[in-house]
Amino acid sequence: MKSTDVIEIAEPRMTLGDQFFLPQVLVGLGTTMKHMLRVWTGTDRVIQYPEERREDIPVVEGGMHRRSYRGVHRLNRDEEGRVKCVACFMCATACPAHCIHIEADESPWEDREKYPAKFDIDELRCIYCGMCEEACPVDAIELTSLYDIVGLTRQEMVFDKSKLLRVYDETQEVEPI
Amino acid sequence: MAYTLTPAEPEQFDAQSTHGDSDNLWTLNFGPQHPATHTTLRIVLELDGERIVKCLPHIGYLHSGFEKLGENLNYNQYVTIVDRMDYSAPIYNELAWHGAAEKLMGIELTPRCKVLRTIAGELGRIQSHLLCIAAAGLDLGALTAFLYGFNEREVIYDIVEYMSGQRFHTSWTRVGGLNMDLPDEEVFVRMVKRFINEQLPRGIEDIEKLLNRNRIFVDRTKGIGIISREDAIAWSLSGPMARASGVARDIRKDEPYLCFADNWDNQGSPAVNFKVPIMTTGDVYARYLVRLEEVRQSIHIIRQLIDNIPGGAVNVSPEGKAVLPPKSQVYGSIEGLIQHFEIIMTNRGFIPPRGEVYNCIETANGELGYYIVSDGGNVPWRARTRPCIYINYQVFPKLVEGHMVSDVVAILGSVNVIAAELDR
Repeated sequence: MKSTDVIEIAEPRMTLGDQFFLPQVLVGLGTTMKHMLRVWTGTDRVIQYPEERREDIPVVEGGMHRRSYRGVHRLNRDEEGRVKCVACFMCATACPAHCIHIEADESPWEDREKYPAKFDIDELRCIYCGMCEEACPVDAIELTSLYDIVGLTRQEMVFDKSKLLRVYDETQEVEPI
Repeated sequence: MAYTLTPAEPEQFDAQSTHGDSDNLWTLNFGPQHPATHTTLRIVLELDGERIVKCLPHIGYLHSGFEKLGENLNYNQYVTIVDRMDYSAPIYNELAWHGAAEKLMGIELTPRCKVLRTIAGELGRIQSHLLCIAAAGLDLGALTAFLYGFNEREVIYDIVEYMSGQRFHTSWTRVGGLNMDLPDEEVFVRMVKRFINEQLPRGIEDIEKLLNRNRIFVDRTKGIGIISREDAIAWSLSGPMARASGVARDIRKDEPYLCFADNWDNQGSPAVNFKVPIMTTGDVYARYLVRLEEVRQSIHIIRQLIDNIPGGAVNVSPEGKAVLPPKSQVYGSIEGLIQHFEIIMTNRGFIPPRGEVYNCIETANGELGYYIVSDGGNVPWRARTRPCIYINYQVFPKLVEGHMVSDVVAILGSVNVIAAELDR
């Protein structure tokens, strides 16, 4: 490393005033008071969470970008309302947390061979990395912007096919495929 | 040094002890659960009155087998695990890991990706330093500085969420690129500019006003936990710990990577310009000041890059069989579809050359490196971490011995111990 790339920092000089505690106490108090005023005038950002949500705030001001956020999964439907998934197991293979469990069956429809008879995602085990979405070759699995899901039991948090399709029905308006 | 205290051991302490006789020594368990221990770590202190005679850190309370998982997950999947090592700023773990993976596979990133990774890395450095600076106040009883520091961290979370999709464990990088391009470059630039030009300098100034010349803070940190330049080199410390002792070493200058290297875009662009702050006193106060200055230098680096983010693709070309082809190719062509399946299927996957590689980057806490041994398969044969915190932490007993019990927290904060990386 060249010597010109280095800067040596000097310790801040303590003035006589700093040696006594009082002036610095006042400076500190002034700083906190300034912040209090900023909260009152609305310059400091406070989001009153359940009433005010980040989804409704512009991204530049700290809001959420729905398209890129990685939240709860959904299974997309095609134009006829059938599940888009073709049970190729790519998402289950790509998943680093091994939280996707699929059981494939012969498809009742003519345009494809397989469809998922069962499709379970353990939302407690999932780490929301989005690798299933990247791996999906038919745009069937996607991560939505929902993040506040609750359940009273662990079993409730294992989302099955119908629940994942329901997430699609709920979110398709704000987040089209 | 033994890891557990057996009845025979206090006698060994006695032989080295210069304070009093062993009858007066008192053993204090510091941790594993204590708000100031920076997650789950345990320190056994031998006290003579309130002075520490012997300090014995116990590690392993947060051991989660991260390195072993690296042998079971492929080069892309493991990024979700390295995120969770030094979680004070997950992004630079990702940069280090994929830097190593790309070095192994001989991939040269696109200029756009390099710039985005550099900006994210510097945001990560600011994020980690803010935690350390703010927590330095918190550990000594000044809660307000902590809140101001976390105010600014919150904005970094927002920026990181916008570019990666998640606030904290981002899993943002991929071999040869990123998981996605910026949703909207203009919005990103506006967010970052607003943060580094308006919000962050104000926050830093507030923290400075509260702590820098605050006599209580200075008295508690000056002359505490001193390590000399020779010792810092001998114990192979890195990062702000070493620089506060006067060791002028920074991987960004010594072994440049990404935009820190000259000619990074193959069109003759010079390396980004910044200075490496050092101090010679080597105490807790010096480490605090060095970190504060590094935040400013990071702002300076981001300012140089944010206006000239190059256009073009963010991922390398899919020809190299390392990145997933874009979705349009997957749906539109059979080659794209085949390659998409080839990368994800476990019996195909990545085809790195056989061999070994070490790659390190300068993180907020020092040199973080990954050493990969590859047998040519989809997963690494061995993925060893060179953990900066673990190596910085080994000097901790030396730092605290002879000081008061209340100084332990101050020193612990200045080492910036994150137990997840310590135990891995």
